[in-house]
Amino acid sequence: MRQMKKSEKTVTSKEGYGLAVYLLFTGIMLLTGILCVCVGSVNVPVSDTLKIIGNAILRRPAAPGAASSIILSVRLPRVLCVALTGAALSVCGGAMQGLLKNPLADGSTLGVSSGASLGAAVAIAFEIRLPFLPFSATMAMAMLFAFLSLVAILSLAYRLDCSLSTNTIILIGIIFSMFISSILSLVITFAGDHVKSITFWTMGSLAGSSYGNALVLLAALILCAGIIIWHARELNAFAIGEDNARHIGVNVQRVRLVVLITVSVLIGVCVSIGGSIGFVGLVTPHIVRMLTGPNHKRLLPGAVFAGATFLMLADLAARVILRPLELPIGVVTSFIGAILFVYIYYQSRTVSR
Amino acid sequence: MKLLECTDVSVHYRNYYVLKNASFSLEEGQWLMIVGPNGAGKSTIVNAISQGVAYDGKISYLGKDIRKYRPMELAKNIGVLAQNHFVGYSFKVKEVVRLGRYAYARGFFHGDTGESEEQIERALEMTGMEALAEKSVLELSGGELQRVFLAQLFAQNPRILILDEPTNHLDLVYQQQTFALLGNWLKEKGRAVISVVHDLSLAKAYGTDGILLKDGQVTAKGKIEEVFAPANLEYAFSTDVHGWMRKMLRQWE
Repeated sequence: MRQMKKSEKTVTSKEGYGLAVYLLFTGIMLLTGILCVCVGSVNVPVSDTLKIIGNAILRRPAAPGAASSIILSVRLPRVLCVALTGAALSVCGGAMQGLLKNPLADGSTLGVSSGASLGAAVAIAFEIRLPFLPFSATMAMAMLFAFLSLVAILSLAYRLDCSLSTNTIILIGIIFSMFISSILSLVITFAGDHVKSITFWTMGSLAGSSYGNALVLLAALILCAGIIIWHARELNAFAIGEDNARHIGVNVQRVRLVVLITVSVLIGVCVSIGGSIGFVGLVTPHIVRMLTGPNHKRLLPGAVFAGATFLMLADLAARVILRPLELPIGVVTSFIGAILFVYIYYQSRTVSR
Repeated sequence: MKLLECTDVSVHYRNYYVLKNASFSLEEGQWLMIVGPNGAGKSTIVNAISQGVAYDGKISYLGKDIRKYRPMELAKNIGVLAQNHFVGYSFKVKEVVRLGRYAYARGFFHGDTGESEEQIERALEMTGMEALAEKSVLELSGGELQRVFLAQLFAQNPRILILDEPTNHLDLVYQQQTFALLGNWLKEKGRAVISVVHDLSLAKAYGTDGILLKDGQVTAKGKIEEVFAPANLEYAFSTDVHGWMRKMLRQWE
């Protein structure tokens, strides 16, 4: 009896996922990835695709034909970047929804992504460059503006309404995005030749991404998602309530600052590479929460895998629906996201009544 | 032994003082009742001690300024039960109670020690929540939710409990049980309770000491019988409290 009770306890005390679930997630993600690499304007059979990728990894000479170059230099880097961006944006969304105790909080709904794209646009328009790394100025500016946006939004929100209710968040998100887009228009009028590359940031696209981009994204994701997941317990406390978090001994100010900076950095990197892609951080944490509950020890790792899978599928849809025309990926995510947004808003209002 | 000492604690928003120069101390074994009419500053005292509001003056725990403790350290010594709880996500009861052990566990990979698990089980048992341990907090009644956070507080296992309206949402039976439970908890050495209580009869029955507040100022403090003297209560509530209580009691005779 005692023995049984003990084993029961060790089972219930484990809040994270087991190895089997991680393997399942990885499997689903990899299968989706392979599907996305195979399907497109030209469909390549799975066996050929795997052979081409295998050859490239083992540094064997590539088989002749167009399929090889399509997959290796166009689709594979794109799918990698899409997966990493999806993972990054959803882990950010999950973290913000916990921190602010609001299921509608996300980089795009709050206006952080538009802030970041403004930063990138300013860097391009005024040709700001960092001395050593030519490309990194847009990224640094995107990060900086993402953080400044978050600080501005939250200080405004706390002033209006300390409990950060859903209505306040939505209202401020709208106002802030409008404000940013007006400044963006102003920047564009000064931009001259750079107009075309600036509109890219506002639309959001991962079509031209490279392996280098994927590497930057991967590094940022490992670092930032690591920091966020490290704070899973604190985020649980915040999700229950900031006062409660303080009462049980969470260093509220420090944790909030660390999470906000981390989220800004990650969103900044994503936006500087793929532009602002809306609603990803809203959709996937919501789905994961429905499946496995709100505990961040499960929610955050789940959001990483689900975000990658979701954005790869959204990108696939964007490429395939109007073949050979290609939709911007943001169109697909915003279409799904906006519907879900209304649904969550409706739900949260019926619950609180 | 003196556990907590507040000296000239004031809280103000611009020029409006919600609490003005409140001074009192808490000794081991005491159950200090904070009473007074609505808006007298009762909850503000709780918020000041739990560092939830900016204050002037000094609050010290075991002789050291409370601001100088690390949050985790403080949580192991002083636990707070808030007046209201709004949980938006469907956390399980046990997950909320487990967070009470936050101050004792160390980070993501360390997880919870066996001792924590025992404390969680005991806290659930003490508050009668074992049967609901796996239930979502969104499905609970107000009283059940209050007991979840009480269980979290017991799991936290501090030396001082600070309770803002602990029986706010509870029916008569649970009110009795909760006060009896707290009375029992207090019997162990080195502990003390501060509670904001609206029900003056409950305050008189369980409190050892009291502070009477009116308009943000302490108008009486000391042993509960002295604080609850007719003249004191009449001044604070601007009505004949003793007369009213007797009149209410007569309904049952």
